[in-house]
Amino acid sequence: MAKAIVSIADWIADLGEVAIDWVSGLGNISVFIFRTFYWLTTHLPKRETILPSFYQIGVMSLPVVALTGTFIGMVLAVQSYAQFRMLGLETRLGAVINMSLVRELGPVLAATMLAGRVGSAMAAELGTMRVTEQIDALASMGANPIHYLVVPRFLGCLVLIPTLTIMADFMGVVGGAYYSVYILNIDWYHYIANSRQYVSMFDLFSGVFKSLWFGAAIALIGCHKGFHCDPGAEGVGRAATAAFVQSFVIILILDLLLGITLDSVYTMLYPKAPSLI
Amino acid sequence: MVGPLNTHGSQQTTAEPLVRIEDLAVRFGRQYVLRSIDLDVARGQTVAIVGESGCGKTVLLKTIIGLLRPVRGTVYFDGRDVARLSDRELTRERLRFGFLFQQAALFDSMTVAQNVAFPLRQHSSRPEHEIRQIVLARLSEVGLPAGVLGKKPAELSGGMRKRVGLARALATGPELMLYDEPTTGLDPIMADVINELILSTRKRHPVTSVVVTHDMRTTLKVADRVVMLYPLPRLRPGEPQVIYDGPPGGLQQAADHRVRQFVEGEAGERLMEMRQANGG
Repeated sequence: MAKAIVSIADWIADLGEVAIDWVSGLGNISVFIFRTFYWLTTHLPKRETILPSFYQIGVMSLPVVALTGTFIGMVLAVQSYAQFRMLGLETRLGAVINMSLVRELGPVLAATMLAGRVGSAMAAELGTMRVTEQIDALASMGANPIHYLVVPRFLGCLVLIPTLTIMADFMGVVGGAYYSVYILNIDWYHYIANSRQYVSMFDLFSGVFKSLWFGAAIALIGCHKGFHCDPGAEGVGRAATAAFVQSFVIILILDLLLGITLDSVYTMLYPKAPSLI
Repeated sequence: MVGPLNTHGSQQTTAEPLVRIEDLAVRFGRQYVLRSIDLDVARGQTVAIVGESGCGKTVLLKTIIGLLRPVRGTVYFDGRDVARLSDRELTRERLRFGFLFQQAALFDSMTVAQNVAFPLRQHSSRPEHEIRQIVLARLSEVGLPAGVLGKKPAELSGGMRKRVGLARALATGPELMLYDEPTTGLDPIMADVINELILSTRKRHPVTSVVVTHDMRTTLKVADRVVMLYPLPRLRPGEPQVIYDGPPGGLQQAADHRVRQFVEGEAGERLMEMRQANGG
């Protein structure tokens, strides 16, 4: 009997510990986000810190994002063609490819790619700096590490991930159009006309708007994981992996929530949207 | 509490200590590393904090500069509670500190010149030629030629990295120098070079120093006063964590056998514990 009570007490203690860890983790990242916004709004970082971050996030990610976009467009064409041909609606392919691309697949897949390339790299870089006491060294010399390290990366992601998403969208549109017109022999005129009829500026806006949130999430999670990295090479590796996994989960959750919100806004703004069929 | 008289002829101590620590406790998770620490560091004094690994020496150093927050107690720097300073105030106050990290903590992405110039560029609008002059002067003080200016930290030896770290810590002319294991990982000759640099720094600049070390040669050579900490898990409840506070000359004659054991470098009862742990 006494044994059972002890084991229940242990179980409750373990549960309490998990709850405390969870709440303190949430509090920790909230304070981190608050301090990032505080420094962002009170002191813009110097050009010497912004430019390398922008270069790393923007320029270095360009090829991989362009490649991702192109292949998404072509794969969409391949996958949709068979089903649309059965219905005799091949010419509507442009509308389907481009709408899925700019609203959903372009932003989400570009963000996923960038969570891997940019978010993990940030976590590994800042984690190494934490482990080798370079972050402490920054603070000891009167430089605020959030201002010096996090704000430039956050700004870089906030500005450049939507820009890279536009790039991915563009390459996807080109890739999809190339495959549909030159490989699947769909009439060019109808492909373009259908795309123009069904894909609105709001679709483009909603994709870019979502990518703004994805960019902020990638930067904050990557930097937070790096800042709170455990000691040693294993700690850095874990921080990089956790940065990607958590960013990916948050991207999916944000995608759903923003999708629902933007859909409601769309229905409110355009109650009589054109039907695809 | 005012420390013993300065024996190395540096700046005279005054009544108000530069650093005052009252009832300090620091913990990580549920594990306390420091408990009920009281310590004053007088102006101009060089205090060596010694003790075996894991006794909380580095934690104490990082708490003084506000890199770690205590769960209880207060650290006053020049009369101001470090934990109560805002981010901006703390950033400003830290310019009065110089910190030499255990592995030097040089920024990998920057050259030696950029590393040493970093604190100068961060907080002043000095012209570039003036910054270059200060960088060269600080590097020459630590015995490094101008040829290292363009090198990256990865291209330097451990001793050179430590010296660049010292030059960087001294760049803004700090009032309080904090040294974290300055000679760890260095050969005996380079370790002595670093000890001499700590002494010459104090002669050249009116600086108060706290040196965290487990190297008794460093302790005996540079310190005016020695504070020895003992790891908390090895203490009985109610026992003080500071087991020695006095001049370096008194270490050998200390009444506490744990102090003499550390100074002599004897394993003592630890061997027995190891054997017991191995079931021997």
